[in-house]
Amino acid sequence: MTDLATRPAEVSALRRIDWPTMIRRYGAAAVLALLVIFNIIFTENFLDLRNILFVQLRQAAPTAIVALGMALVIATGGIDLSVGAVVALSGQVTAVFLLDGVPPLVALPIGILVGLAAGLFNGTLVSRFGIQPMIATLVLFTAGRGLAQVVTGGRIQTVNEPIVEFLGLGVIAGLPISVFSLIVITIAIIGVTRFTPAGTKLLAVGGNERAAGLVGIRTKWVKTMAYVVAGGLAGYVGLLELGRIQASDATNAGLNMELDAIAAVAVAGTTLAGGTFSPGRTIIGVLMLRLLQNTLVAHGIPREVAQIAQGLIIVAAIYLLRRSRDAR
Amino acid sequence: MTDPKTEGPLLQMRGVTKSFRGARALDDATMTVGRSQIRALIGQNGAGKSTLIKILTGVYRRDGGEVLLDGRPVDFRSTAEAQAGGVVTIYQEVNLVPKLSVAENIFLGRFPKRRGLVDWATMRAGARDALAKLSLDIDVTRPLGSYRVATQQMTAIARAVSLEARLLVLDEPTSSLAEREVETLFGVMRSLRDSGVSMVFVSHRMDELYEICEDVTVLRDGRTVAEEPLASLNQYELVSKMLGRAAEQVASGARAAARPRQQAEPVLAVSGAASAPRLKDASLAVYAGQVQGVAGLLGSGRSELLRSIFGADPLDGGTVVVSSDAAPIRTPREAIAARLAFLSEDRRAEGIVPHLSVRDNLTLALLPKLTRRGIVDRKRQKQIVTDYIARLGIKAQADQPIVELSGGNQQKVLLARWLATEPAVLLLDEPTRGIDVSAKAEILTLVDKLAADGMGVLLVSSELEEVVSACDDVTVLRDGVSVARVDVERLSEESLMAVMASGEAVPSADSAPNKDKSDD
Amino acid sequence: MSAATADVATVGHRLALQRRGTVAVLVLVVLLASLRYGDAFYSGINLTSYFDDAVKYSLIALGMTFVIMTGGIDLSVGSVILLAGVAGGLASPYGAVVAVLVGVGTGAAVGAVNGLLIAHSRLEPFVVTLATLLWARGLGLQLADTQTVVYGSGALQSLARDKIFGLTTGFWLMLLLFAIAAVALKYTAWGRTVLAVGDSEESTSLLGVPTRMTKFSVYLLSGALAGLAGVVLGSQTGSVSMDTGVGWELIAVAAVVVGGTLLTGGVGSIGGTLAGLLLLQVIFTIINFENGRGGIEINSYWQNVVRGAFLLVVVLLQTGVGRGRRKAS
Repeated sequence: MTDLATRPAEVSALRRIDWPTMIRRYGAAAVLALLVIFNIIFTENFLDLRNILFVQLRQAAPTAIVALGMALVIATGGIDLSVGAVVALSGQVTAVFLLDGVPPLVALPIGILVGLAAGLFNGTLVSRFGIQPMIATLVLFTAGRGLAQVVTGGRIQTVNEPIVEFLGLGVIAGLPISVFSLIVITIAIIGVTRFTPAGTKLLAVGGNERAAGLVGIRTKWVKTMAYVVAGGLAGYVGLLELGRIQASDATNAGLNMELDAIAAVAVAGTTLAGGTFSPGRTIIGVLMLRLLQNTLVAHGIPREVAQIAQGLIIVAAIYLLRRSRDAR
Repeated sequence: MTDPKTEGPLLQMRGVTKSFRGARALDDATMTVGRSQIRALIGQNGAGKSTLIKILTGVYRRDGGEVLLDGRPVDFRSTAEAQAGGVVTIYQEVNLVPKLSVAENIFLGRFPKRRGLVDWATMRAGARDALAKLSLDIDVTRPLGSYRVATQQMTAIARAVSLEARLLVLDEPTSSLAEREVETLFGVMRSLRDSGVSMVFVSHRMDELYEICEDVTVLRDGRTVAEEPLASLNQYELVSKMLGRAAEQVASGARAAARPRQQAEPVLAVSGAASAPRLKDASLAVYAGQVQGVAGLLGSGRSELLRSIFGADPLDGGTVVVSSDAAPIRTPREAIAARLAFLSEDRRAEGIVPHLSVRDNLTLALLPKLTRRGIVDRKRQKQIVTDYIARLGIKAQADQPIVELSGGNQQKVLLARWLATEPAVLLLDEPTRGIDVSAKAEILTLVDKLAADGMGVLLVSSELEEVVSACDDVTVLRDGVSVARVDVERLSEESLMAVMASGEAVPSADSAPNKDKSDD
Repeated sequence: MSAATADVATVGHRLALQRRGTVAVLVLVVLLASLRYGDAFYSGINLTSYFDDAVKYSLIALGMTFVIMTGGIDLSVGSVILLAGVAGGLASPYGAVVAVLVGVGTGAAVGAVNGLLIAHSRLEPFVVTLATLLWARGLGLQLADTQTVVYGSGALQSLARDKIFGLTTGFWLMLLLFAIAAVALKYTAWGRTVLAVGDSEESTSLLGVPTRMTKFSVYLLSGALAGLAGVVLGSQTGSVSMDTGVGWELIAVAAVVVGGTLLTGGVGSIGGTLAGLLLLQVIFTIINFENGRGGIEINSYWQNVVRGAFLLVVVLLQTGVGRGRRKAS
């Protein structure tokens, strides 16, 4: 997996297996693998490609896309509580425009623009005004969903539009749109952070902002961009969610998505203090938490209990990660 | 008269061992502190000084060996237990709570109470008393953080005194103090000693040890290699014990003559620089091929001068001309474009990006130049990194996170970061602070070589010995104003000290105050 | 060094200024409102509903103030309200005392788990309490079998609805707890240690002061207060519905920040939190009044928008004040 921050220091070839690092890097992947094996054995039709692609992955993809944006923001040492609300806002604005007869070619980009604008708003508050990220994004967390409700008047209205149907049910290269999008976005993010200076700049700003400023990195711009990308991705997910529901739903679209995303980033072994970024492990974190939930529910365990399990596994994960960091 | 409480040494640490994850930090360390004695504890970074101190004060538990206080074995499990036993540490970075009041800092953990509630009046009075014993009269209700470091340190000592400490450990207390403040501190230490308190004093500054301590304990690689009266060792013998090899003659005294200027025009000319609140009117010139020093007491605006030249602090007035180009420098970006480089004094807060590798840290300032059509040229990056690791003798792998390196190696990586940008002028702010003797020497040798290769260097250091031995010419700052220039002929620690303290220039034909403003 | 020293001095000043500012704005708004709406503004029903709403968030905001003063955060309080509200409701047939004890005990137990993981295992508060937010809500839903829990104790309900000097017992309880908390912050060693830990945990522990216990205690307190809030809420309304507490933790955080407590810890005010809560509530009341008079037409969806905008204005003012002062000095 791409791990820009801490490539292992293979100082001594004689070193024994470094368990702490193994846990940190592959812990979530190992749990995911165990869950998959369990499901292969005990869950009917799990291995069916349709189930994997069109049920499991399709459910996880929107959260994973949002989590990638969240991981970028967390790499700068920030946090974005507003992404769930932005998902709702972008989807609802688009829905209302479509219902008003605005052509999809205009309405859909507007949804993404709403996301980018929200990100710019957050980024400006954080980097220009120096407001703590949690409070800055709390503004849109609160107001964003409210605005979405105001825009739709709180009504759930079906959106009959071929393009929306396509977003929800369409297939590209044999993959659901959301899964395809996730793959494209992941490749893009890995490519940009690996091959352009952006990745190093991001980690420098998150790891030591003052040092980054002194070497001539425009720290405010880098931070703002992280929020803008996170907002844009949330805006896009707003469209995907609109496609999934095929209706406006200001109250439930993207609900708690910020928490799922943060949990996934944390489970992936990223510290919230900033300075590290690993897109691959973030996605594994999302898949792991989602599959855990689905597995439990599929085996007749109530959703509430599955939620308890999710909470516990997050605690277990960060506890192990903490131990491994201590041992270093 | 045979009461162990008054006979024999106050503290004996014998055969102390400590390992961290298999790595030996202490291996047979010994230290004895007599009554009413000030003992120096020295060693290179990584020799185990701080581990020994932390074992003494209950932060770490020892693996083996014994610690006797008053002849009785002790084993402190926390700083609270150590405090109760009369052992208190004053740390280098003042470890108090800045947002709470001075009074609360002195009484934290043992607030005076009345009917179960904190008795503020008694606490304030107690704090004033404790500070009065150190001849300090300040408003104890103000937040501690609003006072200068020296005052904060005095508060820490006042706390220790009011805890009735018998053994005070001072871990590099002078590293951020001005000369005058050091004198005050030493005065307090002497009076504490006379009242029966013993002290362990850690410092990298040799002259201080000889001034205040009677005996010395030298640690090397986790072992005690010497425990002797200081008078029996001279500085060079002491350094040789620390390093474990015959000491090369440490360069002392100024250069015989200034290095030649490689161009007639200065490569950096600063005139009347001002930056609120500290820097008021500073002028100097740096020539290619020379090392220009800046000396001044703490708070004289030394660092602020460098920061405002580099665009890290706003320049409120005056001009900065780099390579005859007077375009204003408002940000570090513009400074780098003008071929300036700036090594900050605070390696941790403003230098290293801890999680990033040596490679990424080293090329951080070079990133724009390494980028071709938006793509980072990894091959060239690798080449440059390999090159500098070899050139500066950095003991590290390119892939290693920088945080795993020793202070001296981190500093070399940061120096390489700037050298890789091939600057015309290198601004160095305390480049050797907090690194061990051998790394220090290597860095100063490198500075010498850079100047010989034609770079202009501006060096700020609070260690006068360093300024004297490295520079061709020194500008003295006092209260934010450049009051004098001392050239190589008159350069000595004594002359600098005199100018810094009095503000009077050494009488001479061409170094009158502010003469450098109109320097050619 | 210079920057750091200046900051410490101004931060204290700035927050003191802001606290006074929040109180001043509160008084001003109430005065203007009473001029505009006359006695109706003070009529019993309005005041009761106004304060009951404030009480709802006040107890978790109080606990949150202490948590934030240590530099931490407790995202689990909304879920704890549900869990403790459900537990208290299930226990309510056995009497009011039992219900209160069960509710507070449940909250304290959850708080203790948070505290242990954060203070002892040194895990990040944000993630720990985020996980607790999930499992505590799951547990609450499971316990209630996802059905609204009805409070069976008449005694509890009448107690909650009793009025003293025209205001509900819930309101007086809130005032009492805030008063105790303010005294505890200023006049107990615990209160000062909370601030010290938030300012610099490492230093505090090097000074020989037990920091773990202090950190543990704030999460315990936060959990217990959230538990109490759950029972109080259940008693007031007679039942606990399953969406209780969703998102309330962030409303509490907002109130704490508006009240002038720093998220980074070390500085804080109990009175500020109360003023922050009441101010927000007054604004909603005014919006309702305006709606009632037909002056404006704002549906309930605007409430969150207003809440967000208000938070924005306050934090912008906060940084504005800070900047102004920095320039002046």
